[in-house]
Amino acid sequence: MMISPYPVATIFGVLIVALTIAAGLIWLERRLLALWQDRYGPNRVGPFGLFQVMADMIKIFFKEDWIPPFADKTIFVIAPAIIMVTVLMSFAVLPIAPGIVVSDLNVGVLFILAMSSLGVYSVALAGWSSDNKYSLLGALRAAAQMLSYEVFMGLSIMGVVLLAGSFNLVQIIDAQRGLWFVIPQFLGFVLFLIAGVAETRRLPFDLPEAESELVAGFHSEYSGMKFGMFFVGEYLGITLISSLIAILFLGGWLGPILPPIVWFLLKTFLLICFFILLRASLPRPRFDQLMTWGWKVMLPLAVANLLVTGAIVVATAQGRSF
Amino acid sequence: MFSILQTMWNVFLHMFHRRVTVQYPEEKPYLAPRYRGRIILSRDPDGGERCVACYLCAAVCPVDCIALQATEDSSGRRYPEFFRINFSRCIFCGFCEDACPTYAIQLTPDFEMGEYHRPNLVYEKEDLLINGPGKYPGYNFWRVCGVQIGGKDKGESEREAAPADVHTLLP
Repeated sequence: MMISPYPVATIFGVLIVALTIAAGLIWLERRLLALWQDRYGPNRVGPFGLFQVMADMIKIFFKEDWIPPFADKTIFVIAPAIIMVTVLMSFAVLPIAPGIVVSDLNVGVLFILAMSSLGVYSVALAGWSSDNKYSLLGALRAAAQMLSYEVFMGLSIMGVVLLAGSFNLVQIIDAQRGLWFVIPQFLGFVLFLIAGVAETRRLPFDLPEAESELVAGFHSEYSGMKFGMFFVGEYLGITLISSLIAILFLGGWLGPILPPIVWFLLKTFLLICFFILLRASLPRPRFDQLMTWGWKVMLPLAVANLLVTGAIVVATAQGRSF
Repeated sequence: MFSILQTMWNVFLHMFHRRVTVQYPEEKPYLAPRYRGRIILSRDPDGGERCVACYLCAAVCPVDCIALQATEDSSGRRYPEFFRINFSRCIFCGFCEDACPTYAIQLTPDFEMGEYHRPNLVYEKEDLLINGPGKYPGYNFWRVCGVQIGGKDKGESEREAAPADVHTLLP
């Protein structure tokens, strides 16, 4: 167990870095999308358009914080806070570098899965309390989608947990010293990647907010900073899933020459770029296709992966005692 | 499945393509000479107004943004007393240019006419008149038309035969 010598500093450090990255992602996503669509994207405000985020923030802060008169006010206000809280809570167990982790939890993987399950409430309650048919449809879709994809999201990491013999994220990273889990667990990696995209409700799985059919889905009625919280929550979710993939499958901070934290941030950054590439290139599927894909293809694959991994672990562990 | 990966790869390759955006205020786009932008009134090579105030442009204008009043000077030349184009209405269709019998009204490759106050978009004759002949350098309407004006009698136009003498039967 590694405990940081300055817990408060670590907490604030992780909070500030996570929120800054989430804000910066707004700029990064727009620039990268533009790059892949042969455009420039925001490049006027400040160097490379970096201050665009600041301008957007100022704008969003000064917007009227409007609550529709027909909405269920308490839940309407709480919903965007839930997504921020659950995602930021997950960051608490992420090991960023040796010794830099807010809480070195023994059941870190389970904690993150639990928190991402709780995130469904945010979306479902937001859609419900808006009292708007589009919001409600978006919320229904989000609830169904996230529940279905959570099932095999959990199962797809179990292979990693079996190989590492621990739910602790730090120990999972340590277990990858010889070989990153992306090689023995390639199927699990692919499954988790797809589930991760679905969990963060990103394109191509952004059916809850499909703007071509549902206005803006569950956040149709939100404006100002409450909308901003959904927005930042989504980018925090991307950061979380990317760093999680980096930790579980790509060896976290492990890597030659460069310092550990650089390796971790580099892997996370590349995965985030991959997420944005997904958005730039793929259309969204029909909802029934999404469900069929989840239950009939991904879930059996995840179960098969778990069974085979389990069998191999048991077979090779004859001499060892667990 | 394979097509999904190929799509992603193709999109990724766009990273190395040239960007199509024109960085506008610094880098101006090329506008063709026949681009339909700000409307001007041109002059004859000798400096006189080409417009003969025939009202054809005002009649053809689909949004009624052209207003003018015809008048005549002492030599018999028709010209507009005032000529007003309301650019907040103009749709730059170019019909006025097509309708104009004297090449007076022309559209130019200039679109940068933003204003903070709407009334500033109403251009009067002194705003519209330019000092040159525009797209038709050699053309001088009053020198090729058969109309008699001060300083040019019948038969004195370019390529115009002398008027027939109706008092004789000889060819």
